Amino acid sequence: MTEAMPLIQIRDLRRRFGRQMVLNGLSLDIYRGDILTIIGRSGTGKSVLLKHIVGLFRPDSGRVLIAGEDMQRARGRDLARLRGRIDMLFQGGALFDSLTVEENVAFPLREKTKVSLAEIRAAVTECLKDVGLHGIEHKFPAELSGGMRKRVALARSLVQKPEIMLFDEPTTGLDPILVRAIHQLICDTQKQFGYTAVIVSHEIPQIFEIATRVAMLHNGVILEVAPPEQFQRSTNPVIQQFIAGRLEGPLQPT
Amino acid sequence: MGILLEKLGAAVLALLATLGRFGLFLGTALGLIFMPPLKVQRIVRQLHFIGARSLLVITLTGIFTGMVLALQGYYTLSRFGSTAFLGPAVAISIITELGPVLSALMVTGRAGSALTAELGIMRITEQIDAIEVMALNPMRYLVVPNILAGIIAVPLLGAIFDVVGIYGGYLVGVELLGESSGTYFSGIAEAVDLTDITQGLYKSLTFGLLITWICCFKGYNAGYGAEGVSKATTEAVVLSSVTVLVFDYFLNSVLL
Repeated sequence: MTEAMPLIQIRDLRRRFGRQMVLNGLSLDIYRGDILTIIGRSGTGKSVLLKHIVGLFRPDSGRVLIAGEDMQRARGRDLARLRGRIDMLFQGGALFDSLTVEENVAFPLREKTKVSLAEIRAAVTECLKDVGLHGIEHKFPAELSGGMRKRVALARSLVQKPEIMLFDEPTTGLDPILVRAIHQLICDTQKQFGYTAVIVSHEIPQIFEIATRVAMLHNGVILEVAPPEQFQRSTNPVIQQFIAGRLEGPLQPT
Repeated sequence: MGILLEKLGAAVLALLATLGRFGLFLGTALGLIFMPPLKVQRIVRQLHFIGARSLLVITLTGIFTGMVLALQGYYTLSRFGSTAFLGPAVAISIITELGPVLSALMVTGRAGSALTAELGIMRITEQIDAIEVMALNPMRYLVVPNILAGIIAVPLLGAIFDVVGIYGGYLVGVELLGESSGTYFSGIAEAVDLTDITQGLYKSLTFGLLITWICCFKGYNAGYGAEGVSKATTEAVVLSSVTVLVFDYFLNSVLL
């Protein structure tokens, strides 16, 4: 492996919610061009980790460095500039209910750039085409199916040309065919736009097909991180039980 | 005993922390008003929502308040043989007191609750987070327009309430009970000072700020799930209504 500096460095991240230590000294390196998948049991803090990377949560201690810059210490302009490099696809898509699809996708451009309306419209149409949608520009998010909402949300992220895309369970609640389709879409747009992806997912084993590396979050730390083939051959009993979905083993269903 | 003190201390600290967050929230919002760009389109939209769409309910409350004041006032005044003062009695009560307070309470119920629910749903569906991740300030889009719209719309609604209320008093006092219309209106013109009107306007202005501040804060910081939103909405309406009445008393004692 090359010794290039990781794009995202997470160092000794700790975060407590009430009495529960959700992140307990978590460290992880994510390299440029990675499609890193984070798996782990429900409620182990995978979404919390993503929200720390994008700076929505501040840790009790520890650091998140984006290309060497500290996300947590950044304020004002620096924070805005760092955030401009990252975008996140939220679980429900987080589309704005009161705006149409076109207005949703145009929103970041209209608010953050001085591009003309015609150019914005062209960029929006282009991005919607990239995610496989057309002719729904004037619909409202409530009129769309779950899969379409995810696609629109992805288009709204891509229009900002982020360097890093975080996906919070992008396929939860979709049928198996749509799951494949969304995975394919992530793979295709990643090649096209060249972003670095971090995906929180429960889609085992489908997610192994698109991931370059897989990390397992357990008890507030990264238990193991490896390329998918190697990860699936892991001798760790926790990982073996988790990816096989067995009831017997060190993990107790609660 | 020790445990009791501990609990009391914790409760006081929690209260202070909440008050502090309320204060910071308003400070940030007011700061953003003076830091362009203002989202004019959203301000107009919220003006329509808080102001224009409250017109019907304000008119209805206004006219019936004026009518009941005239009815009640007429019978009380007639005992002292001074029904000539019906006009001023109705007008001054409405302009200085009932207009601002009742219109504020109606706006709280109609628009304030909806603001909290809308912001709360945006919070739990991560729409607020999404704006923040775009490196934009959600308060600029979601809170500032509401507060500005509240400050503009509530005094105007209060003024409309006043006019409609006085007309309601006229309907009952003059048309129904036979007081002379000249006495009714000239009495008002003589008795109502400019200070009465400004007092009412100051109150409405304060209430407009209070309602939108409290309702936005509660929605913006709503808890999790449908329960969090419903709790936030209830709290926002109750807290706004109580605060309006409490501030009404203190404003009276300062302005009178």
